[in-house]
Amino acid sequence: MSANRQYCTFYLDDIFFGVEVEKVQEVVSYQEMTRVPLAPPVVRGLINLRGQIVTALDLRRRLDMPERPAGRNPVNVVVRADDVPTSLLVDQIGDVLEVSEEAFERPPETLRGPARELIHGAYKLKDRLLLILNMEKVVSVTGEAE
Amino acid sequence: MDDQDDIVREFLVESYENLDQLDCDLVSLEKNPRDRERLASVFRAIHTIKGTCGFLAFPKLEAVAHAGESLLSRLRDGQLLLNAEITSGLLALVDAVRSILKNIENDRQEGRGDYAAVVVRMMQLRDGPCEAPAALPTPVPEEPLAHDGQTVGVADANIRVDVGLLDKLVNLVGELVLARNQVLQFTATRRDPAFLHTTQRLNQITTELQEGVMKTRMQPIGNILNKFPRQVRDLAVSCGKQVLLTVEGEETELDKTLLEAIKDPLTHLVRNAVDHGIESPEERRAAGKPPEGRLSLHAFHEGGQVVIEIADDGRGIDPERIRNKALERGLITRDQAGRMVERELLQLIFLPGFSTAEKVTNVSGRGVGMDVVKTNIERIGGAVDVVSRPGQGATVKIKIPLTLAIIPALIVTSGGDRYAIPQVNLLELVRLDGEKAKRGFEHIHGVPVYRLRGKLLPLVFLHKELRVEPATPVSEGGPLHVAVLQAGDRPFGLMVEAINDTEEIVVKPLSKHLKGIPLFAGATIMGDGRVSLILDVLGLAQRAGVVSEVRARKPAEPPALAVNSRPVQVLVLFRFGDGRRMAVPLSLLTRLEEFPSAAVEKTASQEVVQYGEQILPLVRLEQVFPSATGETLAASDSVQVLVFSAHGRSIGLVVGRILDIVETADDMQLGTRREGIFGSVVLQQRVTDLLDVRAVLRAADPTFFEQPVAQWAGERPA
Repeated sequence: MSANRQYCTFYLDDIFFGVEVEKVQEVVSYQEMTRVPLAPPVVRGLINLRGQIVTALDLRRRLDMPERPAGRNPVNVVVRADDVPTSLLVDQIGDVLEVSEEAFERPPETLRGPARELIHGAYKLKDRLLLILNMEKVVSVTGEAE
Repeated sequence: MDDQDDIVREFLVESYENLDQLDCDLVSLEKNPRDRERLASVFRAIHTIKGTCGFLAFPKLEAVAHAGESLLSRLRDGQLLLNAEITSGLLALVDAVRSILKNIENDRQEGRGDYAAVVVRMMQLRDGPCEAPAALPTPVPEEPLAHDGQTVGVADANIRVDVGLLDKLVNLVGELVLARNQVLQFTATRRDPAFLHTTQRLNQITTELQEGVMKTRMQPIGNILNKFPRQVRDLAVSCGKQVLLTVEGEETELDKTLLEAIKDPLTHLVRNAVDHGIESPEERRAAGKPPEGRLSLHAFHEGGQVVIEIADDGRGIDPERIRNKALERGLITRDQAGRMVERELLQLIFLPGFSTAEKVTNVSGRGVGMDVVKTNIERIGGAVDVVSRPGQGATVKIKIPLTLAIIPALIVTSGGDRYAIPQVNLLELVRLDGEKAKRGFEHIHGVPVYRLRGKLLPLVFLHKELRVEPATPVSEGGPLHVAVLQAGDRPFGLMVEAINDTEEIVVKPLSKHLKGIPLFAGATIMGDGRVSLILDVLGLAQRAGVVSEVRARKPAEPPALAVNSRPVQVLVLFRFGDGRRMAVPLSLLTRLEEFPSAAVEKTASQEVVQYGEQILPLVRLEQVFPSATGETLAASDSVQVLVFSAHGRSIGLVVGRILDIVETADDMQLGTRREGIFGSVVLQQRVTDLLDVRAVLRAADPTFFEQPVAQWAGERPA
């Protein structure tokens, strides 16, 4: 009998994603951001999280997905990597799911592009796939836009 | 004697700490008597005490510690095994040491106690499996306590704190400062006196707390200066020179992060002084100087900053050599070279690519040098200056702020967002209205410039550098706002959409995602809770090309040489409340007066003083700006009053303290107009609010100015 793991889940469009629950600090509803000129496009802005300044990354842009439809406010999933909190902007938050290790599979070789290194693998749930993100890679965006 | 006291105090603190540790160690050793490491640590602790008290001449303590040490050495070497009896003996030893230390702490004497029994017991334990006396009484003699328990022991007066915890406290205080700012903004809209009073208290306490917490991060500069004697000695030997180094002001305190930031620049300057400044003994003798060169490092506080002077009595800096070198390197033109005075020439050594060292030594002179020193010092908001007396030596003066965590900043708007500009980079604010705005710009081959007091100031548009769309299109004739900033030696004008206000901001670092953008130095949280970016003025200037090329960094001519073609306005500068600076034009004033507080009388609704034949009504600024803490009547025994007259009537404005009378160009205005404030300018490097005298006086006496009086140059008639 293998171990079960817990994932914090969310949606981008209708794709179902998960992040290990230990890496999620908190989920915060949408708030006004301060944009950062000259930053890479994936950086949407800075938010004030109880006095701490946190960079918000647009996960859609990070995964080369189409832009979020106008008028739909994203949700902040605040994750910790290297002890630094970063906010990931997602469309909608899901439940915390417990999944069995046996249902995990690495992505197929046909997965190419930036998503290749960002998606660690998938859990085969009954009715859908839960894509697991490699958090360290997702938050490692550096440098200026050009 | 003080030094001796300090040493003893340090010894006591250290020993108490060691003893507390010993208690724990001994008890755990009893359970695990073969723990070699712990035994060694116990041995070391007692050994240290023995060593130090021999040095400080405490013979009794030394004897006791020595006895303990010899027992412990046998235990450590495994010749004896710790048992309960030995443990008790050692604990008794610890108690004896503690009691002697207590005596030393109280009156610098070891006390009259007799500790021979402890020594004997140690010997017996050491010498073997003993038929020890069945029950030795605890041989610590009880001396009557010389002092009652109220004096705080030295060990209790100091505690060690984790730096991480201090950083956290600094952050929390930062949050508190922000919250305080929010409350104060809110206060400005309220008239409830009880609430105002409470927020004033909150304001004061926050300020004091901020100062207190900042102090905890302060470290004496001696921590780095004390490394120089050795370095200088080694350097002098390797250069074949004789150098006597004197260090003064090691106790001067500085924020920990700043201390680390100045370490390298200081090292560089000291090396320079030894390598290039001080001559070889032969050369010195030939010049009639003592063969031994003198180098002094002197740190002290001056005007809220820390100043460090590195002075040598060497050959000084030869301005002619600099002139030639700069010409040779193409840093200046022949024409410029001819016009430059000595002071300007000296500034050339801070240009990149300048090095006068004739031979490249392994010590200094690789072409990287003073420009790096200057850049590093400026990055932390400091300044470097050099003074040379050829043949007699050179002095480099570094000025740095005390702390970086909380800084005053100017808030500006661009593209609808607010940005903070550290005030150390700010020279002045210029506002151009109407005709002036139209005539304001000129272009040199497409590059916008502005004539500031007859000199061309390159203009940089903030929204263009940030590549954002301006929220309000810059319209013809609309007011233009220019913040005149200094990056390196080069002033430039930053065009922004609006100049908001000044605020104390808490500097927070940016995440690694944004570290690569040279335009931002950090971020901060504003009074309304939103995040704003802090501009890195040097990075901005480099990006805009103001200081990018070597050739562009021609030293600016000293302001005294600037042609002052514009008319000047004379301002009376005064302080109001807790440090806020304000100014009014001298031309509006009739007189400056000082009255004893006792002369102030009260009529039904007004304070007045008898003024010649008249009764002079007084208006207090606190009535106009209730949110600022006014200097109350009770606080000082006299009041300073600005007297204004119109149509034969006078009115007195009570201000905090008159500071100075300054001249300023009449077109260098302004920040945002607020109630009672016409705008803000930078005077004497401080942001100063220009009081809207007419509005203030009219509020007090609506009929005072019956005819409009031109108040501020540039103000359009109401």
